[in-house]
Amino acid sequence: MTLLIGILIFALFVIVVIQIGKITEISRALRGEEDWKWASSKRTANFLLIFVVIFIVLSFWSAWHYKNYMLGYGPHVSASAHGGQIDSIFNITLFFTGIVFVVTQFLLFYFAWKYRERKGQKASFISHDNKLELIWTVVPSLVLVVLVLKGLVAWNDIMADVDESEDDFMEIEATGMQFNWIIRYPGEDDQLGTRDFRMIDGVNPLGQDWTDPKNLDDLQPSEIVLPVGKKVRVRILSRDVLHNFFLPHFRLKMDAVPGMPTYFVFTPDMTTQEYRQKLSEYPEYQVPADPDDPTGPQKWEAFEFELACAELCGQGHFSMRKVVRIVEESEYQAWLSEQTPYYRSSIRGKDADPFQGKLFDYEIEERKKNFENEMYEVLYKDLEDTEERVYELSNVLFQTGSSELEDISRYELDNLVSFLQDNPEVSIEIQGHTDNTGSQETNNTLSQQRADKVLSYVKNHGIGAGQVTAKGYGASDPVDTNDTEEGRANNRRVEIKFL
Amino acid sequence: MSTEVKNKELETIEVQTEELIEKHGFDDHFHDHHHGDKYQSGFFSKYVFSLDHKIIGRQFLITGMIWAIVGAAMSVIFRLQLGFPEANLEWLQPLLGKWIIVDNGIGTLSQEFYYALVTMHGTIIVFFVLTAGLSGTFSNLLIPLQIGARDMASPLMNMLSYWFFFLASCVMLFSLFLSTGPFAGGWVAYPPLSALPQASTGSGAGMTLWLVSLVLFVVSTLLGGINYITTVLNLRTKGMTLWKMPLTIWAFFVTAIIGLLSFPVLVAGFFLLMFDRSLGTSFYLSEIFIGGQALDHVGGSPILYQHLFWFLGHPEVYIIILPAMGIASEVLSVHSRKPIFGYRAMVYSIMAIAFLSFIVWAHHMFMAGVNPFLSNIFTIFTLIIAVPSAVKVFNWITTIYKGNIRFNSASLFAIGFVSMFISGGLTGIFLGNSVLDIQLHDTYFVVAHFHIVMGVSAFFGMFAGIYQWFPKMFGRFMNETLGRIHFWGTMIGAYVVFWPMHYLGMFGVPRRYYSFDTFDSFAGFDGINQFVTIGAIITFFVQLIFVVNFFYSIWNGRKMKSKNPYKANTLEWTTPIDTGHGNWPGKLPVVERWPYDYSKNGEDYVPQIIPLKEGEEEH
Repeated sequence: MTLLIGILIFALFVIVVIQIGKITEISRALRGEEDWKWASSKRTANFLLIFVVIFIVLSFWSAWHYKNYMLGYGPHVSASAHGGQIDSIFNITLFFTGIVFVVTQFLLFYFAWKYRERKGQKASFISHDNKLELIWTVVPSLVLVVLVLKGLVAWNDIMADVDESEDDFMEIEATGMQFNWIIRYPGEDDQLGTRDFRMIDGVNPLGQDWTDPKNLDDLQPSEIVLPVGKKVRVRILSRDVLHNFFLPHFRLKMDAVPGMPTYFVFTPDMTTQEYRQKLSEYPEYQVPADPDDPTGPQKWEAFEFELACAELCGQGHFSMRKVVRIVEESEYQAWLSEQTPYYRSSIRGKDADPFQGKLFDYEIEERKKNFENEMYEVLYKDLEDTEERVYELSNVLFQTGSSELEDISRYELDNLVSFLQDNPEVSIEIQGHTDNTGSQETNNTLSQQRADKVLSYVKNHGIGAGQVTAKGYGASDPVDTNDTEEGRANNRRVEIKFL
Repeated sequence: MSTEVKNKELETIEVQTEELIEKHGFDDHFHDHHHGDKYQSGFFSKYVFSLDHKIIGRQFLITGMIWAIVGAAMSVIFRLQLGFPEANLEWLQPLLGKWIIVDNGIGTLSQEFYYALVTMHGTIIVFFVLTAGLSGTFSNLLIPLQIGARDMASPLMNMLSYWFFFLASCVMLFSLFLSTGPFAGGWVAYPPLSALPQASTGSGAGMTLWLVSLVLFVVSTLLGGINYITTVLNLRTKGMTLWKMPLTIWAFFVTAIIGLLSFPVLVAGFFLLMFDRSLGTSFYLSEIFIGGQALDHVGGSPILYQHLFWFLGHPEVYIIILPAMGIASEVLSVHSRKPIFGYRAMVYSIMAIAFLSFIVWAHHMFMAGVNPFLSNIFTIFTLIIAVPSAVKVFNWITTIYKGNIRFNSASLFAIGFVSMFISGGLTGIFLGNSVLDIQLHDTYFVVAHFHIVMGVSAFFGMFAGIYQWFPKMFGRFMNETLGRIHFWGTMIGAYVVFWPMHYLGMFGVPRRYYSFDTFDSFAGFDGINQFVTIGAIITFFVQLIFVVNFFYSIWNGRKMKSKNPYKANTLEWTTPIDTGHGNWPGKLPVVERWPYDYSKNGEDYVPQIIPLKEGEEEH
C-alpha cells in the first residue's frame, strides 16, 4: 500500500514537472524568443545579485548567531594550555579567508549581474594580464606563508613529546575497544606495567602481565581525573580496531592504533568547576539540564568534560563516552588515595593471581590490624550467659589431612605472638576442631596435633607455657552442620579461647 | 534583426563551415575504412555494446545518474535519522526490511545499516558518480569531438572500460542485498575494521564484494585513462597543437594521468587487505583482541593502508574536481563571449594542482599517529595548492568581467561552481594546517568542507556540462525553466545543507555519529540537524526535477536547429546535428587557432577552423 502511494505520488510529481516545462516553452514561444531573452537575462541577473547579498549577509548573521560555538568565543574556550594557540590561528585564518570569501563571492555575482547579456553590448577581448596574474599569485602566497609559519610553529610546540629527564609530568594510558575506553593510571610507582594482547581475557581487559610488579599498583578508574596545571602525557592504544582519543574542550585528538602506542601531551588549565562558572554566564546554559526535570540542576551545573571517539570503529562508535574531571591538586590527591589498584580489587586471590600463597606487605599490615581489632573486641566484649571468649584463627591453614602448617599461616601466628607479648596478663587455650568425617580417634588425634603445632610455634617465639595451652576437640564441638561441604569447612578450625 | 535574417545568416555560416572543412580539411580516407559503418548496424552493436565514444559517454552518464539517485536517496535516509531520531520510520520497511527495527510501533533505522548507508553513500558518489559519471561521460564525449578525432585510440578498450564499470556496479548493487548488509566501515575502509568480520557485520561478505567491485572499477578507470591519454597525445587533428586544446581537454588529459598513476597504488593496497582478510597475512594487523580471542597477527600497521589509500584518495579528489574545472572554464568562456582569462596560467595551474596532489596525501593522516615531523612537510605542500586554486578562481572571475554573459542553465551552474569552489576551497586552508586539524579532524567541519568543495562543486560542473552538451548528445535541448528551477534549488539547497555544518564542526561534533544523545557536548543541536535534514530532502527532490527534465527532453525537448547553437569555437560544433560514428562525414577539420577567439576584433566568435586573417596575431 505504502509502495503504491509512493509510486502514485512520484507519477504525479513527474507529470507536474513535465507540464511546467511544457507551459513555459509555450509561453516563451507566444511571447517571442527575443523578448523572452532580454527579460529573462535581466531577471536572472537580478536574482544573482540578490542571492549574493543575502548569502553574504546570512553568512555573517549565522556566524554572529552561532558565535558561541566558534573556537575561542563565548563559552567555547579551550580548557588546555595549548588550545588557545589553536583558537587564535583558527581566527587569524578566518579573518584572511573571510576577506577573500566576501570579495570573490561578491565580484563573481556582481560581474555576472553587471555584464549580463544586453542588446548591442559587446564583450571585451581580454585574454590575459601578466601583471594582474602575478599579483594574485604572490599575494595569496604571502598570506599562506604567514599561516603556514604560525601553524607549524604551534604544531611543533603542541606535538612535542615530554622531555623525560626534566619535565614534571604525569602519564596516563587510554585504551580503546569496541565500544569503550579503558583508562589506566600508573599508581604509586608512577610506572605503567607491561602488557601483552595475548593475556587479555574477561578479568584482564588490558592484558597486563601480573608478574610485573609495575602492574600491581596500576589503577583502572571509571573516569579520568587530572590535577589542573599539571602536564599530562596520554599514552593512547587500541586493542581491536582504530579509535580516536578526542577531548573537544582541550583541543586534543589522536588516533588509537592497535599495535602502536601514540601519545599526546597537554596541560589542563581550567578545572571543571571553573569551566562551569564560565558557562553559567551564558543564557543557553541557564536552563535545566534535563528538560523533564525543570527543578533539577541547570545545564552549566551538570556540565562535564567528555572524552569521545573520533575514528569510525563500528556500530557503537557514537557511544564511547567517558567523563573527564579536572580538579585542584588537593582534590586530586584525595581522589587518588581512594582508588584501589585493579590488581587488588579484581585479580588478587583469583585464579589469574600468580602470587597466591604469598602476602604483600600491605596485606600483612592489614591482617595484623584486623587481627588486633578483633582480638580486643572478643577480649573486652560483654558476655551473655553461656558465651565464651572465643576467636577463630581463620588465616591459620593446614595442609589437607595433615598437621603441617601452610607457610602463609605464620603471619597470623606472628600476630598472635605479638598480641600475647603485648598482653602478658591474658592466658589462652588453643583449640583444634574437625568435621565428622573419618573415625573419632583420627579426628581427635589430628585436632590435638594441629593445636599442638600452633602451641609449639607460639612457644618457639618466646611465649611462656603459663600463658598458653592446647587441646584437640575432634568433631565434638561443631559450629555448623556437617551435612554440607561448606558447613564441614566451617567446622574444621583452630580457635583461641580466652581463659 | 528579424528571425528570418538571422536564420539565413546562420545557414550561411554553417555552409561556410562545411565548405571550409571540405576544402581545407584533412583527408584520412575515413570512408575507405568505414563504408556504411557495417560494425554498428544492429540495435545491440549500436546502443549496447557500442564502440562509439559518444554512445559510451552516454552510457557512463546514465549509469552515473542512476547511482547518483541511489547515493543521494541514501543520504536522505541517514539524514532522517540525524535530524529526526525520534521519528517513526516504519514506512521505510517495505524498502529496507529488517534494517528498520520496529519497537512498539515505532520504526528506527538500525545502527549497522546507518553506517552501511553512510559508507555506501560515500563510495557510490565518489567513485561511481563523480569519477565514472563525470570523467567517464565527458572525457568520452568531448575528447574525440574537441580534438578532431574519429573516435578513441582504442574503441574496444573504451567499450570494455564501460562494461567493467557496469560489472563493478552490479557487484556493489548486489552487496546491498546481503543478509549481513553491505560494507559499513566508512568509504575509506580502514583496517582493522574492514579486515575483520568480527569487528562489524558488514566487514564479512559485504566487504568482500566491496573490494571486488572497486577492483573492477579500477580496471575500468585504467582502461579509460590509458585511452584518454593516448587519444589526446596521438589523435589530435592537423593543427591542433597542445596549446590549441580547449581547457576541457587539458583537464581530462591531466585527470587521466593522475588516475593512471594513483589507482594502481589503491589496488595494491586493496590486494594486501584481501591477503590479510583471507590468507592470514599481517600487513595491516597487529596485536588485536576481538570477539573474545587474541588474533595471530603481529607486526602489521594499519597506517600503511592509510598511506596507500590516500595516495589514491587525495589525487582522487582532483580526479573529481579537474574535469568540473575544465567544463566550467569552457562554459564560462563561451557564454561570456570572452576568452578564458589567462589560458596558459589555467593550464599550468591544472598541472601544478595535479603534481601537488601526489605529495599531500598524508594531510588526511595528521591525527593518525604518524610522526608529527612528517606533518610539517605535508602542511606546506597542502597549503601551496591554495595558490594555483586561487589563480583559477581569479581567472574565472576575470573571465566574466566585461563580458556579455548569456544566462542559461549551463552558465548558471558554471557560476555556481565557482561560488562553491570558493566557499569549500577556503575551508581547506583551515584543514590543511595541521595544527587546526587537531580540533577539526573528523568533525562536521570536514564534512562541510569536502561536500562543498568536491561534492557539490563537481556536481555543479557536471550539471553545467550536461546542460551545455545535451544538444550534442541527444540533438535536443533540455527545458530551460526547469533547468533554472533546478539551479536555484540546488544552489540554495546545497548551502542550506552544508553551511550550518561548519558551526557543528567548530564545536567539535564528530562526523559518523549515529546519535548525539550519548554526549552532553554534542547533544542540543537538534535545530541545526533538523534544518539540514529538511534542506537535504528538498534538495533531493529538486534533483528529481532534473532527472525528469533529462529523460523527457531526450525524446521531447526542443529540437536543435543549427549545428552550433551557442556560437562556440570548439570543433564539436562543426559536426552534423545527428553526429554519426566517425564524427565528421567527410574530411577532418583542420585547426588554425586557439579555441577562445570570442569578441576578437569585433567578431562575436571565430571557430578554430577559421584561418588567421592576414596580419592577425594569435591571442
